[in-house]
Amino acid sequence: MLKRSSFSSRFLPYLLILPQLLIILTFFYWPAAQAFFQSFMLSDPFGVRSQFVWLYNFRHLFEDPLYWKSIGITFIFSFLTTMLSLSAGLLTAALANRVLKAKSAIRTFLIWPYAVAPAISGVLWMFIFHPTFGIISRLPMQWLGITWNPILNGNDALFLVIIASAWKQISYNFVFFIAGLQSIPKSLIEAAAIDGAGPFRRFWTISFPLLSPTLFFLMVMNVVYAFFETFGIIHTVTQGGPGGATMTMIYKVYRDGFVGLDLGSSAAQSVVLMIVIVALTLFQFKYIEKKVQYAG
Amino acid sequence: MVENNPWLDAVTYTLLILVIVIVSFPIFYTLIAATLPLEDVSRIPMPLIPGNQLLVNLKAAWLKGSMGIELLNSFIMAAGITIGKISISMLTAFAIVYFDFRFRKIAFVAVFCTLMLPVEVRILPTYEITANIFGPMQNIIQLFKINTIISYLTGSRFHFSIRFSLLDSYAGLILPLTASATATFLFRQFFLTIPEELCEAAKLDGASPMKFFTRILLPLSKTNIAALVVIDFIYGWNQYLWPLLITTNPRMTTAVIGLERLIPQMDELPTWNVAMAGALLVMLPPALLVIFMQRWFIKGLVDSEK
Repeated sequence: MLKRSSFSSRFLPYLLILPQLLIILTFFYWPAAQAFFQSFMLSDPFGVRSQFVWLYNFRHLFEDPLYWKSIGITFIFSFLTTMLSLSAGLLTAALANRVLKAKSAIRTFLIWPYAVAPAISGVLWMFIFHPTFGIISRLPMQWLGITWNPILNGNDALFLVIIASAWKQISYNFVFFIAGLQSIPKSLIEAAAIDGAGPFRRFWTISFPLLSPTLFFLMVMNVVYAFFETFGIIHTVTQGGPGGATMTMIYKVYRDGFVGLDLGSSAAQSVVLMIVIVALTLFQFKYIEKKVQYAG
Repeated sequence: MVENNPWLDAVTYTLLILVIVIVSFPIFYTLIAATLPLEDVSRIPMPLIPGNQLLVNLKAAWLKGSMGIELLNSFIMAAGITIGKISISMLTAFAIVYFDFRFRKIAFVAVFCTLMLPVEVRILPTYEITANIFGPMQNIIQLFKINTIISYLTGSRFHFSIRFSLLDSYAGLILPLTASATATFLFRQFFLTIPEELCEAAKLDGASPMKFFTRILLPLSKTNIAALVVIDFIYGWNQYLWPLLITTNPRMTTAVIGLERLIPQMDELPTWNVAMAGALLVMLPPALLVIFMQRWFIKGLVDSEK
């Protein structure tokens, strides 16, 4: 869209977009294109010589059971992180929305985890669940007779990174859910109350369906977060271990590219991840379009 | 609230307090641990009453890592990303909304599609171009065998190569994270809501486009800028993967990465009190922003994601 009254200048608009354009071409499109080309090449670890190998890297990748394991872990990890942080965010928003007193204090307490870097969230939860010194792993878990060692046991490690990732995302979901709840017209809720619907009934039959666009949006954002932004948590807490139990796809790109120096495979994995994020983004836009039509 | 139901209110408050306790527990626990001496922090269970060692632990964390320089680096990186993102996306949005030029649509789409290319999916090639910013030029030279052609034409040995690395530099930390599709989109949406009359009046008064931008658009965008400052600063401060890759010089490390050195390993003294004091220092700047600019933070979060 353009303003009706616009300026006319020959060079100024180009000059204005130049900084942004230079940055996206240099640091976004060129590397993305590079990743694409490299995924069809096989190079030696020093990057001196390379050879065009068609889909060899992809075939090799999808024949690798470790990659399938990593895909499975990424799905379990993303699914559980998203479910946990979404339901916690919805519960807190629904509760906070009912409250009239101390609103801003309550919000402050619920919002601050957003400011914590993923890597630091990992450190905090690592301490809480530390096999020797952690308060939760030593007290409640020991009473219940749960043996717990995230350093040696893969499931424990996965559980730990899921908790750390979900916790950090609760604030984000809370902010959006409470904004969504507040935009629901009071008259609808009141009408339902006059008809005799109790608070739980009102929530499930009115608020919750009206929140569905927010819920959908947050679902996509949480999956994106779990896929791409949890690198710091995994790097500080488990480094992909033990035995690859927390090796998500992003962490594997990093490991294979920077530690294993397998350029072709790393590039092919980057391309796979690009396809994932393009699909997620398109999925979201398609839905938003529908929503706009519905509203209009 | 629609009806008065004291029983339900009591349940709501109780549950809410419980949720708040659970959500804030990690931060509360960190605070306590940071105030305890070593013998208390390694006691099982760790006491939940604050000790008096906060300053001692902070000092230990400051000395053990090179916290001072790391916090400064984080600040420069976060501020650079914030200023860069906001200014280049405002200029782009201004060009797209107020000028009619040939590549307007393509430019907008190109900026918008960067949403789909987070740094995590193009790790290695982005590292390569940062290691040699003239890499693309080098590739063109190789592709067209320009060196060979010139050598052949002039009859003498000719070799041209150009390298400039941004590794271990502030520019390398900042620039690749500076483009912003969401901020560009936000400013575009906002500029579209500004009444046409303002621009017409400015033109009648003979204001140049840039004058219109600095005198009218910039002051009007204040709230949007404030909201984005909070969001982008936190984004920049909390970056992990990118600084981890491109900084090898300890003097260029950022605070979030430097914290790892404070975490006690299995065979070391369990100085979790010092590690938690360090974590506190690293968390503090973005936490203060969120707490004291809460209104802008919520606006920024909700607006920039739409």
